[in-house]
Amino acid sequence: MPDTQALVNDFLNKLKKRKIEGSQATAKQTAELLRSVISQTRMPYTNQAAALIHSVKAVGERLIAANPVELAVGNVVRRVLHIVREEDLSLTTAAMAGLNLSAESDDEDDTDRDNHPALSAAAIAAASRSTLRPPSLQTLLEDVPDSAAVPHTSSSGGDSEGKSKSADKSSRSRKLKHDVIEAVNELIQDISTCHELIAEQAVEHIHQNEVILTLGSSRTVLEFLCAAKEKKRSFRVFVAEGAPRYQGHLLAKELVTRGLQTTLITDSAVFAMISRVNMVIVGAHAVMANGGVIAPVGLNMVALAAQKHAVPFVVLAGSHKLCPLYPHHPEVLLNELRSPSELLDFGEFSDCLDFGSGIGAPLLHVVNPTFDYVPPKLVSLFITDTGGHNPSYMYRLIADYYSADDLVLERRTTSGN
Amino acid sequence: MDARRLSRAVPRVRQVGFFTPNTPAQQPQPQSAAPSSESPPLSDSPASNSLSPVMIPPPRHLSDNLGGRTAAVPVPGRENSGELPTVGSYNPSESVLWLDSPPRSRIGDEELSEGAESSLGWYRRSDSAKFASSLPSGGFKLSTAKHPGSVAAVEAKNPLPEQSEAQKEQASSSKPLKAKTTKAERRALQESQRAAKAASRAEANKSGTPGGAPSSKPMKQPPQKKDGPPVASSIAASERIGVDRSVEKERKKDLPPPRKQFDDESRGGRAKRRSVLNQPEARNRVELFRHLPPHKNGTQLPYLGSKFFELHEKHPAVYKVGLQYLAGDLSGGNARCIAMLQAFQEAIRDYSTPPEKTLTRDLTSKIGGFVSFLIECRPLSMSMGNAIRFLKSRIARLPLTLSESEAKTTLCSDIDRFINEKIVLADKVILRHAATKIRDGDVLLTYGSSCVVEMILLYAHELGKQFRVVVVDSHPMLEGQKLLRRLVVKGLSCTYTQLNAISYVMHKVTRVFLGASSIFSNGTVYSTVGTASVAMVAHAFRVPVLVCCEAYKFHERVQLDSICFNELGDPDAISKVPGRVDVNYLDNLTDKQKENLELLNLKYDATPSDYISVIVTDYGMIPPTSVPVIVREYRKEYLLI
Repeated sequence: MPDTQALVNDFLNKLKKRKIEGSQATAKQTAELLRSVISQTRMPYTNQAAALIHSVKAVGERLIAANPVELAVGNVVRRVLHIVREEDLSLTTAAMAGLNLSAESDDEDDTDRDNHPALSAAAIAAASRSTLRPPSLQTLLEDVPDSAAVPHTSSSGGDSEGKSKSADKSSRSRKLKHDVIEAVNELIQDISTCHELIAEQAVEHIHQNEVILTLGSSRTVLEFLCAAKEKKRSFRVFVAEGAPRYQGHLLAKELVTRGLQTTLITDSAVFAMISRVNMVIVGAHAVMANGGVIAPVGLNMVALAAQKHAVPFVVLAGSHKLCPLYPHHPEVLLNELRSPSELLDFGEFSDCLDFGSGIGAPLLHVVNPTFDYVPPKLVSLFITDTGGHNPSYMYRLIADYYSADDLVLERRTTSGN
Repeated sequence: MDARRLSRAVPRVRQVGFFTPNTPAQQPQPQSAAPSSESPPLSDSPASNSLSPVMIPPPRHLSDNLGGRTAAVPVPGRENSGELPTVGSYNPSESVLWLDSPPRSRIGDEELSEGAESSLGWYRRSDSAKFASSLPSGGFKLSTAKHPGSVAAVEAKNPLPEQSEAQKEQASSSKPLKAKTTKAERRALQESQRAAKAASRAEANKSGTPGGAPSSKPMKQPPQKKDGPPVASSIAASERIGVDRSVEKERKKDLPPPRKQFDDESRGGRAKRRSVLNQPEARNRVELFRHLPPHKNGTQLPYLGSKFFELHEKHPAVYKVGLQYLAGDLSGGNARCIAMLQAFQEAIRDYSTPPEKTLTRDLTSKIGGFVSFLIECRPLSMSMGNAIRFLKSRIARLPLTLSESEAKTTLCSDIDRFINEKIVLADKVILRHAATKIRDGDVLLTYGSSCVVEMILLYAHELGKQFRVVVVDSHPMLEGQKLLRRLVVKGLSCTYTQLNAISYVMHKVTRVFLGASSIFSNGTVYSTVGTASVAMVAHAFRVPVLVCCEAYKFHERVQLDSICFNELGDPDAISKVPGRVDVNYLDNLTDKQKENLELLNLKYDATPSDYISVIVTDYGMIPPTSVPVIVREYRKEYLLI
C-alpha cells in the first residue's frame, strides 16, 4: 500500500499547514482517504475487522496529531471505525444465526469490558452505557432471535471484535470490506449533503419578517437562510463581519446576491443590535459531547448578548461536527492562534513586537485566536441533519454515531493493540 | 435642627467605600482649585492624602448655614479664575497640615469635631472655601428663578465694592494667609449670595460683613462654617431650609422645561437639517436608524460651508473646529468639548453687540448658530451639550448692567474655568482615584482609546506599579492601535487583540477600565460601540468593570438601548480594512447587490448599568445607581459656577 502512504502523507502535510479550510472539506477528504486506506488493506483470514480497525486507527492517529484542533478529522476516523465494527457485527450476527455462542467469546467480552475503566473521563458517559448494556444484551442474545437483537447492539461494537474470530469464512472477508467501503461512501455522501438536510428545516424555524443575526461566514448558514428565502419567506439578516477574517463580508455578499435584505454590522455593534434581533443563527466548528460549541471567534460574545436579551441562539452543525469528546479548558486546548499580521501591521509595530525590554520580555503581545468556546447553557438549539436537538441531548445523539471503544484513539491503540 | 441637619446632610455628603477613613473630604477640590501651581498633582503621594470620599456637593446645606454670616460678595466665579494660581500655590502646605491634623474624613465629622479643633479651623476653612467655590449652591439658582430681577440687581450692585473690600483685606494679611483667606472669602462670597437670594438679602449683608473678613478673624469662622451654632442664625438658617424646600419643589417643576427645550430644539433642528442634507445619501441607510442623521464625510464640506455662509455669520475659530469634526481630526469627548469651548471663547472675544440688540439675547442666538453649525459637522456629544448649556446659562445670567467688555471677559473666564475644573482637573482627580484600584500583577483591559484611561495607565505606570495592559480594539475605528502605540512607547507591556477575542483574553484579566462618552441618569453608560460587549463579557467572567468618566458628562437623559439615540459613522468604512488588502469582498458589487446591502457603522452603544461595577468620577467612585444623584446635584453646580 505505498500509494495510500503517499496519499496519507500528502493529506498530513495539508493538515499541518492548515491548507484545508472548513470542517466539511476536512471531513470529506478524511473519509475519502480512509476509504482508500481500507480498500488497500490486505485482509487476513482471521479477525478481519480487527485488521481493518488497526489500519484505520494507525492512519487516523496520525491525521489527528497533524491537526488536533480540527476535530472533524477525529470524528470521521471514529465514524469509520464505528462503521467497521457495525458492519462486522451485522455480518457476525447474520452468520451466527445457526451458531451457538462459545464460552470463549464470553470471556472476550469480559476482558473488553474490563478495559472500559481505562478510558478517560471523556468516554465515561458513553462507556457507562455500553458497560451497562452487555448484560442485557447477553440476555437478549440468548432469549430473542438475532434479527431483533441487531439494532440494539449497534452501538456496542466492542463485542464484535471478539466474535469475529468465531465466525471466519472466506466468503465473508470480501463482503466485510465491501460493506465497509459502501458504508464509508454513504458517510461521504452524508457529509456532502448535510447542508441540504439542515437547510430543509429552515422554514420550520424562520418566520415572516424575522430578523436574524449571524457572525462570520458559514456555508451551512448561507444555505439555511437561502432555503428559507426560496420558500418565499422574507426576512432580514444582520451579518457581523467577524474580524479579523472578515468572512462576514463574504457572507453578506452571497446573501445580497441571492436577494436577501442584508445589513452588515461591525462585531462591536452586536450588543447594540441584538435587542432588535429575533434569532441568532450561526455555524460551528465542532460540537462537543456536552453540548458546548467550538465556534469561530467572537461567538461567545454573541451568545452572551443573545442570552442577555433572551434571543434564541441556534447552532447549525452537520453530523460530522459532532465530537464525542468532552471538552476540558477548550478555550485554550482546542484553540489555535493565528498570525498577528491579521490584527497589526508589522511594518508599523515591528519595533515593539517581540523586542526585548529591560526584563527581556516582549512589550507587545498580539493575541489572535481562531475559536471561541460557547458553553452549552448559552445554546438554545442545535439543528443537525437529523433534526433539532437540545444541548443536553447531544451526548445521546453522538452515541449513535460513535462506538465507545473509539473515543480515545491513542490510548486504545497503545493498550489494546 | 439636629435631626434635620442629619437627614439633610447624610444623603448629600457621601462617602463611598474603599476609602481610608482619614482622607480629607475636600481633597478633590483642592485639586480643582489649583490648576497651575500644584502642577504635579500626580506626584503627590497618593497614599498620603489622595482619594477622597465621594462627595455629593451639599450646596444648599452650606449656604443655609453659612450664608448669613459671610460677606455678600456675589459672583465668585469672575474673580476666581484670576485667583486660582495664588490659591493653588498654598496647597502643598495645606496637605501637610492635613496630615498633621486629626483624622477627619467628612464634613459631617468636621462639624462634630469643630469646636475641639478650632485652632486648626481656618485651614480647614480655606479648604472648604475651595470646596465651596467649586460647589456653588442651588439656592442661588432657585432664587434667581424666583426673583430674576432682584438677583440681577444684587449682582450689579455688589461686585465692585465688595470685591475691593476683600482685596484690601487680602493685601493687609500675610501672604499665606492671603491665599487661604481668598478662598475663604470666595466661599463666603458665594454663600452670602445664596443666602442673600434665598431669604433676606439685607440680613445676609449685615451678618455677612463681619464674617466676610476671614483673614482678620480666622479663628471665629470654623464654628460658623457648618456647625451653625443653634442660636439666632441657625434659626434663620432653618427657616431658610424650610423656604428652600418649598422652593426646591417649585424648582423641580420649573427645571425640566429648560432641559426639554434644549433637547427639543436640538431635535427639531436636526430634523430640519436632515431634510436638507439627507437627499444625497438617503439610499443604503439602515431602516432601523432612519431617525438618526446620516454620517457626513469630508466631501460635503464645501456644501456645508456655503450653506453656512448663507445662514449665519460664522467665526473662523468655530468654522475651524467644525471642519475638524467633519474631517474626523478631532475625536474624543473631552477634546471635542474643549475645542468647541475654546472656539466659542474666541468668538465671544471678537463679538460686538450689534446696535439695538442686547448682548444676552444676541450672543445666545449667535452661540446657537455656532452650535447648529457644529451639529451639521457632527452630532454633538452629551458632554458638549452640557457645556453649551453651561455657557448659555452663563450668558443668560449676565447682569444687564455689565458693560460689553466686562461681560465678554466674564464669559471667557467662565469658559476657562469650566475647562479647567470640569475637564482638566477632574481628570486628575479621576487618575488618582483609579490608580488606587491598580495593584501589582494586575492585568488591565481597556477598550478602544479613552484619554482618561490612557492617563490612568500612564499614571499608574509612573507610580511604579507592575501591571499588564490588554488593549482591545475593533474595526473600523481601530483607535486601540494608536493607544497601543502610545503605551508601548512609554514602556508599558501590552497585549493587543480584537473585540472578538475578548472571551479568550478575559480569563486572565483582573480589571476592566473603560471610558465613557456620557453616563445617563439610569446608570447606562453611553460609550464607543463595543464597550457594552466588553462590559458584558467581563461581567460574565466576574471581572470588575470600572468606568472612568468626568462628571460633566453625566446627563439626565435615560436610555435603554443603543438605537433610540446614537450616531452613525461612515458606512463605507466598514467594507474596507486598513492594512488588509485581502479583505475586498465588497469592492465590486453590482447595483442589484447594493440595493439589498446596508452597511451600518454605529458609533456608540449603551451599556446597561448591571455590568458596571463602579464609576470613577471626579466626585469619587460611585455605583451606577448614584449617577442620578450626581446629575441632580451637579446640574445646579455647573449652571452656577
